[in-house]
Amino acid sequence: MTKRPGAKREISLIVNGEAKKVCAYPMARLLDVLRQDLGLTGTKEGCGEGECGACSVLMDGALVDSCLVPVAQAAGASVVTIEGVQQDARFRALSEAFLLNGGAQCGICTPGMMLAAIHLLEKTRTPSLDEIREGLSGNLCRCTGYIQILEAVADAARRCAIA
Amino acid sequence: MTPDPIVGTPTPRKEGRDKVNGRARYIDDIALPNMLYGATVRSRIPRGKIKNVKFGPGIAWDEYVKASAKDIPGENCIALIEKDQPCLADGIVNHPEEPILLLAHPGRHALAKAVAAVSIEYEAVPAVFTIDESLRREQIIWGADNILKSFHIEKGDVDSVWAKADYIVEGEYFTGAQEQLYIEPNGVIAEYDPIRGVTVWGSLQCPYYVHKALMVLFGLPEDKIRVVQMETGGAFGGKEEYPSMISGHAALLAMKSGRPVKIIYDRGEDMAATTKRHPSRTRHRTAVSKDGKILGGEIEFVVDGGAYLTLTPVVLSRGTIHASGPYYWPSIRVQGTAVATNAPPHGAFRGFGAPQCLFAIERHMDRIAGAVNLSPVEIRRRNFLKPGQTTATEQEIREPIDLTRLLDRALDHADYEEKRSRFKIANADENNQRKKGIGVAAFFHGAGFTGSGERKFGSVVGVDGLPDGRVRVLVSSTEMGQGTNTILCQIAAETLGLRYEDVEIAQPDTAEVPNSGPTVASRTAMVVGKLVASAALGLKKTLIAEGLLGETGSPEEFRRACKQYVSAHGKFRSLAKYEEPEGIYWDDQKFQGEAYATYSWAIYVAEVTADLATYSVTVDDFVALQEVGRVLNPVLARGQIIGGVAQGIGFALYEKVEWRHGRMQNSQMTNYIIPTSADVRSIRVYFEELGNKHGAFGAKGIGELPMDGPAPAVVNAAVDALKVQFDKVPLLPEDILDGVMRAISHEEEKRQPAGVR
Repeated sequence: MTKRPGAKREISLIVNGEAKKVCAYPMARLLDVLRQDLGLTGTKEGCGEGECGACSVLMDGALVDSCLVPVAQAAGASVVTIEGVQQDARFRALSEAFLLNGGAQCGICTPGMMLAAIHLLEKTRTPSLDEIREGLSGNLCRCTGYIQILEAVADAARRCAIA
Repeated sequence: MTPDPIVGTPTPRKEGRDKVNGRARYIDDIALPNMLYGATVRSRIPRGKIKNVKFGPGIAWDEYVKASAKDIPGENCIALIEKDQPCLADGIVNHPEEPILLLAHPGRHALAKAVAAVSIEYEAVPAVFTIDESLRREQIIWGADNILKSFHIEKGDVDSVWAKADYIVEGEYFTGAQEQLYIEPNGVIAEYDPIRGVTVWGSLQCPYYVHKALMVLFGLPEDKIRVVQMETGGAFGGKEEYPSMISGHAALLAMKSGRPVKIIYDRGEDMAATTKRHPSRTRHRTAVSKDGKILGGEIEFVVDGGAYLTLTPVVLSRGTIHASGPYYWPSIRVQGTAVATNAPPHGAFRGFGAPQCLFAIERHMDRIAGAVNLSPVEIRRRNFLKPGQTTATEQEIREPIDLTRLLDRALDHADYEEKRSRFKIANADENNQRKKGIGVAAFFHGAGFTGSGERKFGSVVGVDGLPDGRVRVLVSSTEMGQGTNTILCQIAAETLGLRYEDVEIAQPDTAEVPNSGPTVASRTAMVVGKLVASAALGLKKTLIAEGLLGETGSPEEFRRACKQYVSAHGKFRSLAKYEEPEGIYWDDQKFQGEAYATYSWAIYVAEVTADLATYSVTVDDFVALQEVGRVLNPVLARGQIIGGVAQGIGFALYEKVEWRHGRMQNSQMTNYIIPTSADVRSIRVYFEELGNKHGAFGAKGIGELPMDGPAPAVVNAAVDALKVQFDKVPLLPEDILDGVMRAISHEEEKRQPAGVR
């Protein structure tokens, strides 16, 4: 296949541990490739301009807004979405804690929050409330006023530390 | 054996597991086979005649399906209270986001270019953009006089109080538009079938509003329209009315194309084109005695409704009734007026008129305190409504609310007196650039529809007994994050002595669920909840009457009895319809009587820092104490309060819609700023639970209340910190700088000896 600029091309990436090949425009948003080409609709779109964090995923371990990442940039990278963390111990602790502490209301920001929280707990095992606040400050929530989310993440960190 | 209580306990959110796992299905997560994507071509001018529509070069127009006003099979309107708003502009436009033409294409990303390639030629007509311009009536843009609606409340003899007053205190207060900014943008999928009619799935608050609008738009009977609510990613009033518009658009394109059509707004379109909170102006003139008692007063409350009527009359009525605050007025005159402007229609947003007028009264109470030389706390104490007294609409307060006690408790939690004196000393230090302040707001919020609304509506809910012995709640009341699913299941479970897990709730689908009314007005817990309890009780009574169940059955016994009934009779459904409680009197014409069956009451205390280097105000601590009847679920209730307070802080300090010629200029999350986790420090939530006879298990409304108090509490605190009067929200750094500069020059003028200038 010739590589005309702007034409669709085959791009390989690892998504949730599995090697994937997609045929996409190089400038297609990683968000659209995940949601439409790969059917991973757990990643949400809130603003399309990298402000709200609803589309957060992990790319080679970094927390990124998938609406800002052209898929060409993700070629060869390892991408982790909410679908890929279900067996992760931190995710399990976080999901229990979100349920008990009221961390999810409408739920649209929740997958992104989860990935931001996992990312935070990976770096900091027992974050302070301010570290959690900072770690999640790129993820907007309009329902909760954040406090129950912060409490849920602190609760999950405690559970992980004990386990 | 008494089963464990369920109501009043923190049962986990019914649909919570799917939400935290990312499996909950929102509208944009759905794709139907053969589906097209739709987009909207909108007006680019605020007011004028459409002369010509041209489809520009460079687009393969034959790939696109188009729909315009002439394709509408029924009436070209979005039927709500009136039918003045067209679904698609037909010859004239009245605001700069008015939909004119619809396009659909199989490629989602092929639409933006095509929308941009449509050029429309207009003959512009002078437009009106502000309340003042509309009231001047140099241009008549709506009806005979630009007045969308007006209401008048008159209690006692206001005209005679001015002569008796020791003080007459006047003030003028403004609130800006506010965007709901749910994180999931508006969106729907529509399908059209010549036999089955129209089906819409969408992110929406009120399935039956959409249902009604589509019946009129398509000229179809009710059984040919089906509306299904998908998981909804936040709404706050912002998905109350506009989904009818988007559904109409998608359905027209579906009809034209014969294929399903999805329309999802991008953030910019959603912010600019859909409804926002009504901007307002409130003028107060109050007669006060020397000991700080309100003798009477006049309030002029004006809201900007935008280009069409939509829900404005209902917003205005709630605002007019709440304008007097939780105080006793021996006499009062309130004039509420909604005017038209050439902006997109303003609409429902949590609080629904109350945050605007309560900001005004609660700023005004502080101004009265200053005039009379009493503390903000004392002026409120002396004027609180008490049981036995009457509101502005002459509704007698019959519930045992003690606002003084509520105030004392809130002040105690906030450590108010100690902080006030400490801040006074610290602020006196001229080198201290970080001034601290503490402010109070007292307020109430009527639960349920205003006046005769609930009686006229006559909501219906159902509860089904299922073949496996569990039960299912059937309501059109929607879950949008606030907890409908959870609390209604708790109510049904507790009523029937079942486990929470034994109760499920149906997806709101107009083909399946009765019309329990729109999910608005803080009415779900109180009004719909009570109906769920009575419908559930109907199931139990039937089983008892059939001899299948004793009076006090265990969950297992209920399930066994229910299974037996269903296998013998097939369907097992109990319906309950709203009946007005006795002794309720309301006069729609005079605006007198029981405006609401009951009210929730609250005292909020905000502690702020005003930074004289950055001119920013930050909220350091926030105490939210409220009486909400019975708390059905403490975790969810606390979440409602914290979330509402955060939105209220945004309304007070961050969220400014920049208008230019009727169009929002900052329709991006980048430049329309809502609070982040870094902006919300401490919000402490406390409840009083007096119960109440009108709601399920004593519940009252809770969702809107926390939106009402933060703006006045925060601004009162900023005024306390800086000793500068601020009477407008949002209060941005530039407003603070401006206020401080004006105060300084005012001081300097005073210091200049006469004749020097």
